[in-house]
Amino acid sequence: MLAFISTLLIGITVGAIYSLMALSLVLVWRSTRVINFAQAGQAIFSTYVAYEVIQRTGNFILGMAAAVVVGALLGALVEVLLMRTLFKRIHSGAVAAVAPVIATLGLLGVIRASVGLIWGNDGHRFDAPVSTQAFSMGNTVIPFSRFNLLVIATAALVMIVFTVIFQKTSLGLSLRASAFAPEIARLSGIRVGSIRTIGWAFAGATGAVAGVLISPNDSLTPNSLDLLLIFGFVSAVIGGLDSLIGAVVGGLVLGIGKALILAYLGSSLDYPTAFVVLAIVLIVRPGGIFSMKRGRNA
Amino acid sequence: MTLTVNNLSVDHGAIRALNEISFTVAPGQIAAVIGANGAGKTTLLRTLSGLTHATTGQATWEGKDILGKKPENLVRSGIAHVSEGKSVIAELSVKDNLALGGIWRKDKKDVALATQEVLELFPRLQERLGQSADTLSGGERQMLAIARALISRPGLLLLDEPSLGLAPLVVAQIFQTLSQLRERLGFTLVLVEQNAMSALKIADIGIIINLGRLVASGKASDLSNDPALRAAYLGY
Repeated sequence: MLAFISTLLIGITVGAIYSLMALSLVLVWRSTRVINFAQAGQAIFSTYVAYEVIQRTGNFILGMAAAVVVGALLGALVEVLLMRTLFKRIHSGAVAAVAPVIATLGLLGVIRASVGLIWGNDGHRFDAPVSTQAFSMGNTVIPFSRFNLLVIATAALVMIVFTVIFQKTSLGLSLRASAFAPEIARLSGIRVGSIRTIGWAFAGATGAVAGVLISPNDSLTPNSLDLLLIFGFVSAVIGGLDSLIGAVVGGLVLGIGKALILAYLGSSLDYPTAFVVLAIVLIVRPGGIFSMKRGRNA
Repeated sequence: MTLTVNNLSVDHGAIRALNEISFTVAPGQIAAVIGANGAGKTTLLRTLSGLTHATTGQATWEGKDILGKKPENLVRSGIAHVSEGKSVIAELSVKDNLALGGIWRKDKKDVALATQEVLELFPRLQERLGQSADTLSGGERQMLAIARALISRPGLLLLDEPSLGLAPLVVAQIFQTLSQLRERLGFTLVLVEQNAMSALKIADIGIIINLGRLVASGKASDLSNDPALRAAYLGY
């Protein structure tokens, strides 16, 4: 029983980080209908900024804050400089659907190369702000640390902040209206272009949090968030790609599913597991767990 | 508060959707824009609200040029557009859809007051505030779309086919409400309709367009009594 609970806790920790990455992808998808593969690049850049600040100040919170700010700015910059330029030139057809995605893949390469030029391709390290030692009660050890707890708390905080913004503020209503019906949003006086930029900034900030949370005590390289991008993407698809709650649930389903399979079936199944979970969900609910129900039309 | 349209032409690619249309709607008037499917009625409204670009011509509202301006700015100068097909956001609640009507307005007290007023006008919406808009019937959605526009306190209301897909009884109710609202709030209304008879009944002036060209315009009662127009364009 204890082993099972431990596995579950580990799954939730990993899942919380997947959820954050999934959230950042969903935020962009909702506002622009683009899968932003460059998110892994934006997040790794932000994480290196955190690394740099932590190296200089020894303060993890300061590093996280810097990463969030840089992540948000980078997200806004990508939307304004790259996406707007693309959408100005291409309006319709197959190219319009493919070009932005290819552009984000290209940007991912550019950012990774730039990170390599600035910080080198060798692994860097920064420590977690709190202990990563497993808790122990008497003789029993639960493989769950203070840092795991911090990860879950931080992810929960991000989700609470987003819930409040999206459900309780005018900005949130503008973001939702612009995502679902940009034309009605414009007719309601919402400046949809600026709102889209804010969506990308939120996404960039969230990706940065995910990057900083997953990196401590591990080797930080220009490619080290690539797997997180894949797992975040799978989580977002499991959640229906359009739903913020879906992204969170998708991340947790994937995190817990992976932890259980690793614990009970074997570690060689780590990578395939994500896709098995994805396949099962899509077979049962092709639109994802939180796909929109069709409403009445009359 | 006069709407003036002068020699307005709009192209959709190679197709000329509107061809040198001119008309004037005086303050507080209801203008019914009548025409068959594809006549250019929707294009006309979309051009006036900034969603579609004009090719040539002028349009002014309160003496100011409106062509080439963005919809999000035109709504700030008092032009509210309820677009075709019960324009509500199905994924949002009734309450959120209403909130959109006043989202750009600084005077939040008046937004609250305007919201209260439309809820008294459409008590059905009051009962359904917390529901998602996709649970509403067609008539309720139309009420919601109009209510949202009213919360912005428009001087000019552009309404695209409010009768589309609704039962005759509901249509009659909506037209009656529009007529009363105009009396009470004094806005200018441009109403695009295929349902010519109902629209001309409440309208002061009629504008008949066919294949992008102005066929006739004038007093609504004169148009609806003209046997030739009735046979050719009004369908009754």
